[in-house]
Amino acid sequence: MSDITHDSYLSSPKGIKSWLLTVDHKRIGIMYFVAIMFFFALAGLLAVILRTELLSPDRVLMDADTYNQFFTLHGAIMIFLFIIPSIPAALGNFVLPLMIGAKDVAFPRLNLASWYIYVAGALIAVFSILQGGVDTGWTFYTPYSTGTNTAVISMTTGVFILGFSSIFTGLNFIVTIHKLRAPGMTWFKMPLMVWGLYATAVIQVLATPVLGITVALLIVERLMGIGIFDPAMGGDPVLYQHFFWFYSHPAVYIMILPGMGIISELIATFSHRRIFGYKAIAYSSLGIALMSFLVWGHHMFTSGQSELAAMLFSFITFFVGIPSGIKIFNWLTTMYKGQISFKTPMLYAISFLVLFTVGGLTGIFLGALSVDIHLHDTYFVVAHFHYVMMGGTVMALLGGIHYWWPKMFGRMYSELWARVACAFVFVGFNMTFFTQFVMGSQGMPRRYYQYGEQFARMHGFSSIGAYVLGFGFLIMFVYLIASLFKGRRVGANPWGSLTMEWETASPPIAHNFDTDKVLEHGPYDYDRIEVTPEDEKGKVTA
Amino acid sequence: MDSTGSFWLPPQSSTMAGEVDALFNFILYVSTVFFAIVVFGVVFFGLRYRRRGKTGLTTSKDHNLFLEIAWTAIPTVLIVIVFFWGFKDYMRMVVTPAYATEVKVTGQKWFWTFDYPEGANAVNELVVPVNQPVKLLMSSTDVIHSFFVPSFRIKMDVLPNRYSMSWFEATREGEYDLYCTEFCGKGHSEMIGSVKVVSDSAYAAWLEASTVFGEGLTLEEYGEQLYTTKACVTCHTLDGKKLEGPTFLGRFGSEIRMSDGSSVLMDENYMRESILNPKAKVADGYQPVMPTFQGILKDRQVDALIAYIKKINQN
Repeated sequence: MSDITHDSYLSSPKGIKSWLLTVDHKRIGIMYFVAIMFFFALAGLLAVILRTELLSPDRVLMDADTYNQFFTLHGAIMIFLFIIPSIPAALGNFVLPLMIGAKDVAFPRLNLASWYIYVAGALIAVFSILQGGVDTGWTFYTPYSTGTNTAVISMTTGVFILGFSSIFTGLNFIVTIHKLRAPGMTWFKMPLMVWGLYATAVIQVLATPVLGITVALLIVERLMGIGIFDPAMGGDPVLYQHFFWFYSHPAVYIMILPGMGIISELIATFSHRRIFGYKAIAYSSLGIALMSFLVWGHHMFTSGQSELAAMLFSFITFFVGIPSGIKIFNWLTTMYKGQISFKTPMLYAISFLVLFTVGGLTGIFLGALSVDIHLHDTYFVVAHFHYVMMGGTVMALLGGIHYWWPKMFGRMYSELWARVACAFVFVGFNMTFFTQFVMGSQGMPRRYYQYGEQFARMHGFSSIGAYVLGFGFLIMFVYLIASLFKGRRVGANPWGSLTMEWETASPPIAHNFDTDKVLEHGPYDYDRIEVTPEDEKGKVTA
Repeated sequence: MDSTGSFWLPPQSSTMAGEVDALFNFILYVSTVFFAIVVFGVVFFGLRYRRRGKTGLTTSKDHNLFLEIAWTAIPTVLIVIVFFWGFKDYMRMVVTPAYATEVKVTGQKWFWTFDYPEGANAVNELVVPVNQPVKLLMSSTDVIHSFFVPSFRIKMDVLPNRYSMSWFEATREGEYDLYCTEFCGKGHSEMIGSVKVVSDSAYAAWLEASTVFGEGLTLEEYGEQLYTTKACVTCHTLDGKKLEGPTFLGRFGSEIRMSDGSSVLMDENYMRESILNPKAKVADGYQPVMPTFQGILKDRQVDALIAYIKKINQN
């Protein structure tokens, strides 16, 4: 990477210390990216081991206790260490100031602090492995979590600390978006990625404190024996579920909203066309963010909450689906009369459209009260969740990584291998998780170490899918690393995009832009601005 | 009535199943249509408007009020239908018929106990009459469990320190899987039982037999029966294999190391104490997870289990 001709943020200043003490949002974004991808790989490896155990109804690799710890660790790492910070803290950090024409985020030092807090929280959380692991599931339901003699405290302390990192990032982004937009960039001239990050940041700041309070109360109960949730001490275990989901339902929108932002960018850029329904997409992000606070009870239809509560939560839940549907149709219509290119980022955007649609539609089954009674806590829920989070957020993240990779490193990966990997990921994902819808509706409960013979074939098929999926990620790892050294050099704007981050060099200089940016055209003005993608030689095709 | 199940759903064996499945299928069909529209759109636009050669200026059409209203209003109408449909059936699920037979269900790590008003009790096997509503009054003695019978389409969490309720009316005789669906620890996936739906006369006969405690059987034979029906089998093997609890094989009459370092002779009194007050002495290498069977087992049943364990050790 040393032959970059200009002074990029990557090459100057040099030295490990300059990275560890950097306040450059791009470097912090890269540091987040490395940490987050490490945990994604770790939790993904756990998933493959879990699927291997499930190849047969009886023991394959491990005993029940180990299995319970592995699925807890898989869930907790994926949720708290990977997917919540993934798009905002890694990609968002890198692209947000560039997209709005700013030199950095509003509070660069706070930004670095939030990375260190993330690392500290993550280390404390994974320290629980050395203490013998945790076996509660990532939801830490009481009174099981109060009574189990596993390392609940270090895991939840880690989660508590990670929350601050999330809040700081959210706060930083809100102020950045309000105060640092380039002159001329009004709210409705912001790229939709920025709207997505804004809606996410609002939820991060408002909901995360409740998670902090909840796990703090759980820790207090375990350490001091103060009865809050444990009925043996006079507490109420269902109260825990209310607290937990009051955060954790909005949290799934922390996970998906920035992904939706990425998809808006990808579809507009690769359809080379004005985005359809800009305001509808922007407002629906805010609508989702607000409504996300009012639906937590749909996780609790069988918990013993009142029937009236169940009815209200079911009703509101259906309406949180409408804005997502609006987005899907607007993205689809954006392809109409476009000039569509099927480069890898677009392939991931299309994967998102297909898989997230399945994830959203299966949510209707779970929102309907009578049907949810049957499906609750079965593999149907596991499949639904993975279609939304992996088919949605992770596909968007992968699309975003492949889209901004040349901007981040100034080099292009192998398009051929990227398409091959995308195919493996798409096929493997569907093999793994579509099977689980059928298993679940047939009655297979989740979090089962052993299972009945009637599910053996479907479990086997699902496990093979997990290997295909894992293989896709291995290919991706190899060609992405290889591209850093051997990838072809790219210019400022390889895809022919009109958002501002493409107006600076790839990789960008330390202060992002040579001059103070002023908005000259909207982010999607493909109807009046000529912009052309670079060809294979890195030259602009004219 | 679907007695074999479909690709998506298990057999329908309760009065509720048909209605739940009708809504499931309605959502499935509507979803399939929407999914097809999205996939068709992606494929059609992808082929029709594929980039060929250089890019140029494209259309300025970027909004259409009619379309926005259409794809907001149509899904809204559909989900309101789904909501009311689901709510209507849910109300039937939560309102128990007044004339239902009531069974007390207790969930604990890791088995189910069923207490009948007539005085009978059963472990891991709920015997019920066909075509009669059965009300389940449920609670847990430790953590949260959840009572799930896929063929009946019912599920309800079972909580400590609080009663929860569910009911069903089975429509076909047979044996149906019963699962715990709230994670409850090491034995969670073994906390499975069955619901045995029998004719009225068979139910009456079962109730009578279950209140006379193994008449006509030897103590050892009765103990062998109880070993399975009272769920000892979940945690204790007869072949030396170690599960959550120690095996019954080769231990009677020997000294056993306890977790506090002492040792105890495994005799009749130790076994009786271990059944009725299991946390008093815990064998080395095991967690104190066994619940008490005080109140679940009658004296004669404890005698029978002890006789059975002794018999295993003689062979």
